[in-house]
Amino acid sequence: MEAKTEIKNIAPGRAKRKIEGRSLWMDAWLRLRKNKSAMFGMTLVIIICLAAIFAPYITRYDPYDQLIWKEGASAKLAPPSAAHWFGTDVYGRDIYTRVVYGARISLQIGFAATGISVIIGVILGSLAGYYGGFIDDIISWLTNVIFAFPFLLFVLALVAYLPPSLPLMYMSIGIISWASFARVARGQVIQVKGMEYVEAATAVGGGDGRIIFKHILPNILAPIIVQATLEVGSIIMLESSLSFLGFGVQPPKPAWGYMINEGRQFFLSGQWWWSVFPGIAIMALVLGFNLFGDGLRDALDPRLKQ
Amino acid sequence: MMKNQEKLLEVKGVKKYFPIKGGILQKTVGYVKAVDGVDMFIKRGETLGLVGESGCGKSTLGRVILRLLDATEGEINYGGKNILKLKKEQMREMRKKMQIIFQDPYASLNPRMTIGDIVGEPMDIFNLAKGQEKEEKVLELLHVVGLGTQHIRRYPHEFSGGQRQRIGIARALAVDPELIICDEPVSALDVSVRSQVLNLMQELQEKFSLTYLFISHDLSVVKHISDRVSVMYLGKVVEIAEKNELYDKPLHPYTRALLSAIPIPDPEVKRERIILEGDVPSPVNPPSGCHFNTRCKYAKLECSKIEPQLKDVGSEHFVACHLF
Repeated sequence: MEAKTEIKNIAPGRAKRKIEGRSLWMDAWLRLRKNKSAMFGMTLVIIICLAAIFAPYITRYDPYDQLIWKEGASAKLAPPSAAHWFGTDVYGRDIYTRVVYGARISLQIGFAATGISVIIGVILGSLAGYYGGFIDDIISWLTNVIFAFPFLLFVLALVAYLPPSLPLMYMSIGIISWASFARVARGQVIQVKGMEYVEAATAVGGGDGRIIFKHILPNILAPIIVQATLEVGSIIMLESSLSFLGFGVQPPKPAWGYMINEGRQFFLSGQWWWSVFPGIAIMALVLGFNLFGDGLRDALDPRLKQ
Repeated sequence: MMKNQEKLLEVKGVKKYFPIKGGILQKTVGYVKAVDGVDMFIKRGETLGLVGESGCGKSTLGRVILRLLDATEGEINYGGKNILKLKKEQMREMRKKMQIIFQDPYASLNPRMTIGDIVGEPMDIFNLAKGQEKEEKVLELLHVVGLGTQHIRRYPHEFSGGQRQRIGIARALAVDPELIICDEPVSALDVSVRSQVLNLMQELQEKFSLTYLFISHDLSVVKHISDRVSVMYLGKVVEIAEKNELYDKPLHPYTRALLSAIPIPDPEVKRERIILEGDVPSPVNPPSGCHFNTRCKYAKLECSKIEPQLKDVGSEHFVACHLF
């Protein structure tokens, strides 16, 4: 409301100072700020990111420190207390510390794998959409193959064959989950390519490079950002499933999925904390990304909501 | 206005066929004959109106002239040079002389660029101006089209349709062109804004000695702005004449039917309206001979067999019809 009255006050031709226009990005941010669940999601994500970055400063123990060697049996599977907020596991490691350090792994894989799939997907999708014809046929066919591919099996095979490591994890997740980005990018490019402003750019002598980077890409960015935000969440879920199955991040690294699996055997005998806290962490992070992504979509494309 | 007799642009036998793909193998199963052999010319400094109903190929023709679409066949001579033969780099240079104004002011401006960037883009591409100089030139152009200094850093969505169309005009003027193809530039505007933009275009024509190809389906707008008018039907030009000649003495049966459809703002005046039978035939399979023969009440046997050519019936009045 404020902004609207401001524009009205400066009727064309009368204002003396220069006025900065409000870009569509700025508009979207103003809309996003009003969306409570999106802001909640964003807060969750930011808190977890900060926790991951400043992990050593907000934890009292080392994630690999097996306290049973120092404090004896009392440190084994200790319930949540003032000293161990989330309790300890069977080796006496502090679960709060391990959950905080686990955020580093999950976020790292989530962002890196999404980054790889965005790069592959957007390049292939844009090529398919912009050039069409034969190139489009091949890339679209490849996308469909990837969609039909049993993803989990592929990563399991890779991880079983090659020595497991973080880069291997996000590379293998990345090269298999670009298909949704390729689809979004292709559809958007085809739509934007037919817009008159692209024709206008051709008419004033703009080449392919200028048209792709100045006119098409900035206009397809919004749906790709939304897709990427939602994808980070689902990739974190995937990483957790892989770790749970034992094919992901290898122990003793504190991966949330693996912690749930280890704690599983003690869950029914009453030591629920080993599984439950990493589970809550996964839920919070994925929920945060999804709420934020949904809010972004509404903010970036207000027509969709109406 | 001083009229020059020099032909700035000459279109000879231009065709544009769009292939229709079908089947699993995407084989070409037919063609949409959007522009099917058009001949016409535009003299320097004049406004040639191009009218016809939706789908008759007038916008396609405009885009073919600018090589935004590649012609299937024919010759387009600009200042004596066939531009369809030009290489990519030569054509780029040519684009400084020919520009286009689009129909939809909402789709023709990139929503992620400021007005300054949009109007300044042609200057970047052709290295016409940089930095401070560019900004001054952009401001000058904005003033010329009736916008203010304060608009330069705003984005397209902050403007009304009429203002956006002015921005589109400023962009076209940025390279200092000779010919501007106006593709239904006022069709999307409110009636109240329409005349403002038309007047602006006329002022600019005088000021920068521009030549216009004015594409429209609105006969009164075309009458207002054009010097000569050319009528298209199903991918072909059926009649071209000086404006008053055409509106007072239309010869082609299609032109007559079209002109009888102009509403007269006087309820007392009764006029015979010519209602055409049937629909426009599909451009995939246009009728043989004269494209209009299926709906023409004067059609003779030869009309469905022989394609009529444009004939000069005196004082540069051309008509493609076997009756004349």
